Amino acid sequence: MVAPVPAPGPAGSRESDGVEPLLRVEDLSVTFRSGAGPVTAVRGISYDVRPGEVLGIVGESGSGKSVSSLAVMGLLPGTATITGSATFQGRQLLGLGDKQISRIRGSRLAMVFQDPLSALTPVYTVGDQIAETIRVHQGLRRDAARERAIELLDLVGIPNPRQRSKSFPHEFSGGMRQRVMIAMAIANDPALIIADEPTTALDVTIQAQILEVLQTAREVTGAAIIMITHDLGVIAGFADRMMVMYAGRVVESGVVETVYQQPRMPYTMGLLGSIPRLDAGERQALTPIEGVPPSMVSLPVGCPFAPRCPMRIDSCEQTEPALLGVVSDDAGHLAACHRSEEIARDGLTNTDVFVATTVPEAPPAARLPREQRPVVLEVRDLVKEYPLTTGGLLRRKAGSLQAVAGVSFDIREGETLGLVGESGCGKTTTIMEILELAKPTSGTIAVLGKDTAAMSGKERFAIRRDLQVVFQDPMASLDPRLPVSDILAEPMITHGVPAAERDRRIRDLLRLVGLRPEHADRYPAKFSGGQRQRIGIARALALEPKVLVLDEPVSALDVSIQAGVINLLDRLKAELGLSYLFVAHDLSVVRHIADRVAVMYLGRIVEIGTADQVFENPTHPYTQALLSAIPLPDPVKERSRRRILLTGDLPSAANPPSGCRFRTRCSTFAHQLDDDRRRRCLDESPELTGAETTGEDHEVACHYPAPAAVI
Amino acid sequence: MGKFLLHRVGYLVLLAMVATVVAYLLAATQLHPRSRYEGRNPAPAEAVVDQRLTELNMNDKTPLVERFGTWAKGVAHGDLGKTVDGESVNTEMSRRMWVSLRLMLIGSILGTLLGVVAGAYGAIKQRKWSDQTLTVISFVLLSVPTVVLAVLVKNAGIWFNQVSGNESTPLLFTTGEITPGMDTWSWAGIGDRVGHLVLPTIVLAIGVNGFAFYSRYQRNSMLDVLGSDFLRTAQAKGLRRWSALTRHGLRTALIPMATFFSYQFALLFVGATFTEKIFGWHGMGEYFVDSITKNDTNSTAGVTLFVAVLVLIAGLLSDVVYAALDPRVRAS
Ligand SMILES: Nc1ncnc2c1ncn2[C@@H]1O[C@H](COP(=O)(O)OP(=O)(O)O)[C@@H](O)[C@H]1O
Ligand code: SF4
Ligand code: SF4
Ligand SMILES: [Mg+2]
Repeated sequence: MVAPVPAPGPAGSRESDGVEPLLRVEDLSVTFRSGAGPVTAVRGISYDVRPGEVLGIVGESGSGKSVSSLAVMGLLPGTATITGSATFQGRQLLGLGDKQISRIRGSRLAMVFQDPLSALTPVYTVGDQIAETIRVHQGLRRDAARERAIELLDLVGIPNPRQRSKSFPHEFSGGMRQRVMIAMAIANDPALIIADEPTTALDVTIQAQILEVLQTAREVTGAAIIMITHDLGVIAGFADRMMVMYAGRVVESGVVETVYQQPRMPYTMGLLGSIPRLDAGERQALTPIEGVPPSMVSLPVGCPFAPRCPMRIDSCEQTEPALLGVVSDDAGHLAACHRSEEIARDGLTNTDVFVATTVPEAPPAARLPREQRPVVLEVRDLVKEYPLTTGGLLRRKAGSLQAVAGVSFDIREGETLGLVGESGCGKTTTIMEILELAKPTSGTIAVLGKDTAAMSGKERFAIRRDLQVVFQDPMASLDPRLPVSDILAEPMITHGVPAAERDRRIRDLLRLVGLRPEHADRYPAKFSGGQRQRIGIARALALEPKVLVLDEPVSALDVSIQAGVINLLDRLKAELGLSYLFVAHDLSVVRHIADRVAVMYLGRIVEIGTADQVFENPTHPYTQALLSAIPLPDPVKERSRRRILLTGDLPSAANPPSGCRFRTRCSTFAHQLDDDRRRRCLDESPELTGAETTGEDHEVACHYPAPAAVI
Repeated sequence: MGKFLLHRVGYLVLLAMVATVVAYLLAATQLHPRSRYEGRNPAPAEAVVDQRLTELNMNDKTPLVERFGTWAKGVAHGDLGKTVDGESVNTEMSRRMWVSLRLMLIGSILGTLLGVVAGAYGAIKQRKWSDQTLTVISFVLLSVPTVVLAVLVKNAGIWFNQVSGNESTPLLFTTGEITPGMDTWSWAGIGDRVGHLVLPTIVLAIGVNGFAFYSRYQRNSMLDVLGSDFLRTAQAKGLRRWSALTRHGLRTALIPMATFFSYQFALLFVGATFTEKIFGWHGMGEYFVDSITKNDTNSTAGVTLFVAVLVLIAGLLSDVVYAALDPRVRAS
């Protein structure tokens, strides 16, 4: 028997066995004054955080995650009107004066922000910035506070903390800066740390390190953590309870396992179904959520998710559902949906609710064995060098830096090669070299069998038709002053497509990428992020290319939107027989879309093979670490995983380690080899070879390869 | 950094040399010392004039290159030549630059401080009435030419003396640096100097070189900083709003002002032409105007050279100030 009963109060915690909540937020609303009218960014949310627990908050950008926690911290600008209540350790926070709240902030209640570069003051050393918060609250002397700051830096894993405490923020990498932020947050032994997307700007390997540091911080201080993120994998591994936000409301909340396994609200279901999973393989059917989140300026009455909800019924558009308990599930599982009762009763899953696009059949050409398909892009021993110069007026060459240090791969017709690796490893440089169609520093690039070094200007122009690109940021790559029709016509005009044909083609293209042909005269600003990326793809397809280079095409998009674009790319590849060079740092997306995968580290490919081989049988220690760093959006699996943590940051390409470039961070090197065997890693750079791998098309550059399943 | 500065110095010396040549050639071709003798009655004999002009190295019958050679040789030995009245330009300038400095120092510092504080305050109170009032005041002051402002302030001073009933023994003086005959180092002398300084200092502090200018720029640079994440971090750490705004906000917002500070400081010796003229201070600004009207080639060239050198020094200074204010610059 299932019947929604009114929840006794704030989200999922009333049965909290008599434990006083640390933070109790009740009916919190935040309204901003804005040019377009009042924006209610947070609309009556309630939740509890108990001492020592981790509460995860997920939701797409703009759903009110940051605003609600900034409201608790008292850090919203004066244009915000806040109502409701936030009681922290029995004390009402809202409405406290500057003097009173600043005693609590940074001592009992600390915050870690998303972008660690802009969040630190550029003109003070990191040691001084940490010492400052200690001095403000504990009244320590300057040198005592400095000493304490050094201890804290050591605790969060900064090597040489004494010396490094004198560094300025710009001298630190993103991950190190985030460690500094965490050191600052725990400096006064807080009871609650609010972390607002603390790992969003970082690489997965660094993300794993930072989550580890947060875990340490939690153990040392015993603090509770509110973890705000849009990454469902992070929540799965890190949080005890979670709440999902949509349009300024909590739409579902409960214990993490329950919410992941039995989501009772279509938005949550859609969100979980729209993320490509590392553990699911390429045939996973993604369920994109149609449409975009509503504008917060004039929300319609009724359920804010109704315009995008496949389960919408009449009453959804009339009354907004309250956040109620789902009785059949764990105590404290709440959902805001008129139909969660039915969902629970019938055990509906995301594929029942959303249209799952089945991955289309590969075109006949791509079904031929790999060796029989023609090579469309071939890169051999590609090297790209940048000169290093001294600063000042008289620039002088002071050596050079190999951003790409001998990379080889090929892509055959109808195939997708995913190029992955941490930022700074040379992915973008590689594709820029390919797109330039010029002679590289050394090595060769051949597009459709033609060597770029030997091309005439005319040939180069012709080959550009066949090799097109889609960039990461759809807004930056589309001219805002041109209507979409002009944007799409531009490459066709350049290549002399007759006017009559152009108009027809523009309409076809828009339909092809899932946009309406009537929208051809709109400007880019009128479209959402996902739609703009579709326009970018349409432009790349205008000349009917054979090869598409995609540089992080979905990483700027919210997950629910991302799935739609990935499905589109899947479909286009099958329908048009395209080949993709797909560059991404999100390995889950690559897992879903790529046939073959090349893993790059510091300008070299360290492992290459079919997606199945690389993901299921990773053999290079770096690939293993990279894959193990990616959190799975599955609480049970995620918590039982053993993580291979990479130490430190990517070394500078100007001064790469001798021998194997990965040795400074390699766990095999550090833990499994004796000195004799280490010699080889120190002296000799490993070549890519298939000698010791199981698959025939699987190559690894490591002297001591050992396959291991890490997902 | 040291090496970098050395490079800069070498480069600046080169620029200074170019500036010197240009300065002299301009002065020597545009000014006509001979005309000073033409209107005289009785007209002096041409030979006498020629001899006098040759003595001063200002004879237009001597080829320009030769005159320049003579002058440059002097400059190389630290001698800027003679004024039309036969005085040493060096003596004149080394006296006048200190007059200018005494006139400007307090006004400039006051104006800079006032402008920085008002600009930062206006940014924090953006669009509140206090910000709008400051904006209106600074725009009005920016649009009033210094001549007009100086005359207004001077008249206000005279009026003040009248209403305070001190017409015969005024508190505020409107001409000169000190009442002639006063002993500089007595209390009365210092008081007298202060009385002379007040009015021109007001002009300098609020005018286009002081408050009016700095408040605009500081306001903009503070606005850029106000939205930044690190200010939010500072408050999240437990700093009160005002200490976050000053210790983290204003400190960072001072960086873009480095150039202005450096030029302001280096050009203190150059003086303020209109203010000096109107308040009767015999500083460098007055000297420059006078030398042009007197067709004094060497003085004009001397002052121009002096300004050029100071501008170059200011450029160097601004690099140093930048590096002092911004660790990101120091690194590279
Ligand atoms: N200072 C502000 N003024 C006006 N609107 C704001 C302000 N800050 C945030 N908002 C609006 O509030 C909504 C929620 O934002 P936010 O909490 O930052 O979302 P999230 O953190 O979930 O991505 C958004 O529509 C955003 O545009
Ligand atoms: S209330 Fe209606 S529209 Fe909203 S999520 Fe539930 S079924 Fe969908
Ligand atoms: S060659 Fe040596 S250092 Fe390099 S990855 Fe293999 S084991 Fe590690
Ligand atoms: Mg946010």
